[in-house]
Amino acid sequence: MTLLAQIPPLQIPDIAWSAISPELVLFGVGILALLLDTAGPQRLQASFLVFGFAAAGAGYIALSTEQSVLPGLVGLAALGQFALTAIWRDRPRLLSALLAALGFAGAIGVTTWQWGAYSGRLVGADAATFVGTDSLLGGMVAVDGVALFTRVTVCLAGLVTVPLSFAYAEERRIHRGEYYPLLLFAATGMTLLASSADFIMVFIAIEVLSLSLYILAGFAKRDLNSQEAALKYFLLGAFSSALLLYGIALVYGVTGSTNIAEAGRAFSSLDAPQGMAVAAMALLIVGFGFKTAIVPFHMWTPDVYQGAPTPITGFMAAATKAAAFAAFLRVFVGAFAPLQWSWTPVLWVLAALTMLAGAILAVVQNDVKRMLGYSAVAHAGYVLIGFVAVNRAGVSGVLVYLLIYTFMSLGSFGVLALLERRNHKAMAIDDLRGLGRRDPVPAGMLALFLLSLAGIPGTAGFVAKFAVFRAGIEAGHAALVVIAVVSSVIAAFFYIRVIVAMFMEDVPEGVAAEAPLAPSTGMSAGIAFSAAVMVAFGTVLPFLLVDLADQAATFVS
Amino acid sequence: MLAEYLPVAVLFVIAFLFVALSLLVSSKLGPSRPNPVKNAAYESGIIPDPETAVGGSRFPVRFYLVAMLFIIFDVEAVFLYPWATVLRDLSWYGLAVMGVFVALLFESYYYVLRKGGLEWD
Amino acid sequence: MVALATAVGAVLAQTPVADPAGAAASTGAAEFWVFWILAPLSLAAAVSMVVLRNPVHAALMLVVNFFTIAMFYAVLEAQFLAAVQIIVYAGAIMVLFLFVLMLLGVDRELPTRVAQIRGQQPAALLLGALLFAALAVGVAGPFLGADSACNAPPDAVAAAGADAQPCVGLAAANEEGNVRGVARLLFTDYVWPFEVTSVLLVIAAIGAMVLGRRTERPEDLVDGRGVRKEPLRARAARPTGSTALDREAAE
Repeated sequence: MTLLAQIPPLQIPDIAWSAISPELVLFGVGILALLLDTAGPQRLQASFLVFGFAAAGAGYIALSTEQSVLPGLVGLAALGQFALTAIWRDRPRLLSALLAALGFAGAIGVTTWQWGAYSGRLVGADAATFVGTDSLLGGMVAVDGVALFTRVTVCLAGLVTVPLSFAYAEERRIHRGEYYPLLLFAATGMTLLASSADFIMVFIAIEVLSLSLYILAGFAKRDLNSQEAALKYFLLGAFSSALLLYGIALVYGVTGSTNIAEAGRAFSSLDAPQGMAVAAMALLIVGFGFKTAIVPFHMWTPDVYQGAPTPITGFMAAATKAAAFAAFLRVFVGAFAPLQWSWTPVLWVLAALTMLAGAILAVVQNDVKRMLGYSAVAHAGYVLIGFVAVNRAGVSGVLVYLLIYTFMSLGSFGVLALLERRNHKAMAIDDLRGLGRRDPVPAGMLALFLLSLAGIPGTAGFVAKFAVFRAGIEAGHAALVVIAVVSSVIAAFFYIRVIVAMFMEDVPEGVAAEAPLAPSTGMSAGIAFSAAVMVAFGTVLPFLLVDLADQAATFVS
Repeated sequence: MLAEYLPVAVLFVIAFLFVALSLLVSSKLGPSRPNPVKNAAYESGIIPDPETAVGGSRFPVRFYLVAMLFIIFDVEAVFLYPWATVLRDLSWYGLAVMGVFVALLFESYYYVLRKGGLEWD
Repeated sequence: MVALATAVGAVLAQTPVADPAGAAASTGAAEFWVFWILAPLSLAAAVSMVVLRNPVHAALMLVVNFFTIAMFYAVLEAQFLAAVQIIVYAGAIMVLFLFVLMLLGVDRELPTRVAQIRGQQPAALLLGALLFAALAVGVAGPFLGADSACNAPPDAVAAAGADAQPCVGLAAANEEGNVRGVARLLFTDYVWPFEVTSVLLVIAAIGAMVLGRRTERPEDLVDGRGVRKEPLRARAARPTGSTALDREAAE
């Protein structure tokens, strides 16, 4: 017992509320939506209870700290949810969807505020630290440009997914109350992953997002493809999580720390056993490679993208990739930059393989969703160029690419969801023949997204490609950029094949009699918003976006 | 250090011996007169489903759901134990930390309860 | 996969060893022998779990494996982890596994699937062996032979002399008891991951409810092109997707 006296007392940690505020918003709304769905007829009472607790808490904070802004906002949000519940208490799905949309919007707002609050501490970047490695909350959370930018990307993806999902889920009879909470939880996991500064956090965040996505992928339970998607995604995902965890364990074994920045510092010291470090990094690459769908860890992609409910596919392709790449960046380009001799060649080869295999395999697909799945693989390869560059332009390029890809992916899958609604079945390229004559607006939108995916100059996709290619050339990876251009040309072939089918070919017989598409308000809004963003970034605003990303790649909290 | 585990090891040995002896003694001394009723699977007094007794049939998925939910709360208990050892040092902060955790678990409990996850039909 | 995860846990439980300037190791001959008795047992259990044809026997082998791993934790002085390993894995998770087996029917031996891609099995074996070799060299390499002093008999440590890499920080970490040590970290530095874990449990509950409860009649199943499936007997009785998913959730 005398021993205990020498032990320092437990330090109650400082909770950096501001650092985790977007996650708190997303997660809080998710729990609220789940609670209101669960409460059923007692929805209003539950909502009032939440309001009461939140108001009491806000009042307590206001009185004890003499702050007024934060408690005021909390009180307002609590009142808002009560008002919404009162208005739509008989339409639980609509209420959930509205709450989810507001949650995503709120998280974007909070992140924007964070951007202002933290970018004041702009730190001159040197080669080792242009991805933030300092961290808050016991070293768990990094608030740096990459984290903030990716949070915005993820929340935007969520914001577009909600309206895209509503009518789709309704008509497929898969509209259960758990849908929107799961979407919010998945987004929580992604923002957590994007901002995690500790390997433990990385792992838990990956589990949170994957678990939600496994369930969402299998949400269309009537559809055997959806069941297959959930099962495959789960099995391979669990396997890759185990490998990632093994990698984390090895990092800890080498460095004695789970903190990413500290691990990086220890890795770069000469004492660390190099063989073990290399093994650890190999396992980490496998783990992250699975989540970002890099060849040869892409096997799950086409099946899962094909089987999952289409709006979820779009969300999965965009947001998961953004979040996983952000963590990948922080670990490799940030912390392990001193060891780049060991991992850049590997990622170089993987990037080349990913670009070529993704594009070539997409050419032979007949199902449009599958084709877009393989194209998502190819796009992961383009992102990797910015990665291999290991410079600030590369980080900026990755961020730009992922944001633009988010809208390309959500837009194209959104149009597919719209088309699927008519015949309730998967889309082959042949099914799209003559679409341009029957439904010119959706067809035009799809063509816009596909051209952008192909990276035709003048589209946002070109801006994205240019950003990463520029970084690659700057870093002296001209050969990789040449491979990327070849892959883009191959890819352009199958994107344009769809466009040709839509506009140059006749409607197959027997289809012409079908009623024209009647898109729901939500779907139209989601698709139109994506298209508007694409056009804006492609023509007017690319420099604004690139500037923002450059800033994000520079500042370190 | 490992000496601390000696009682555990002794317990293991005793447990093993007890089981082995019991089985041995009952097989040697007890009369063996099987009949169908004795051979039927014991299902807590419920008359066994003939299919289950024959073998090859399956348990309802509901068992699985219950086991699954059990694990969730089992994990909670695992966290509660170390928490209890430091609660005195953590005081109100500790209470808040675990309060949030338990509140979220009760949210899932409420959800499962309301959605009929614990009903048996 | 579970065996892999627990193996990873075993690595995590080990205190850092990278600091050669550390103090003398707290080792004893007993640990050394316990390890060399348990290690073959653990491996044998793992291998027979994979090889055994009867699923229930395989599950029991997994229990043995879980127990040996718990003992490893205990030897490494991670007592809390050892207890958790037995309570959660050998207890709860095993029950879950057995339920899955019962769900699928115990008496039928699982058919050995013929590899669909030619040459898949040899390729898998070869690549697995390569991975194992690479990891063995990478992980164990630095700590083989004279350099290794963690869990080695004292005379071996003395023989290694200045090159020894003894366990560092173990005594300090366990100074006030293993459980309090864990709690101290869990509720200070790792409090945010701890709270996030509760999210994980909520999602697991949702997953069990959404995928584990069959709300559709099997004859309603459709394939990707909206074509109604013939209700296959086997397919209808199996709640596809749910079982495996929940297992992950439980972990």
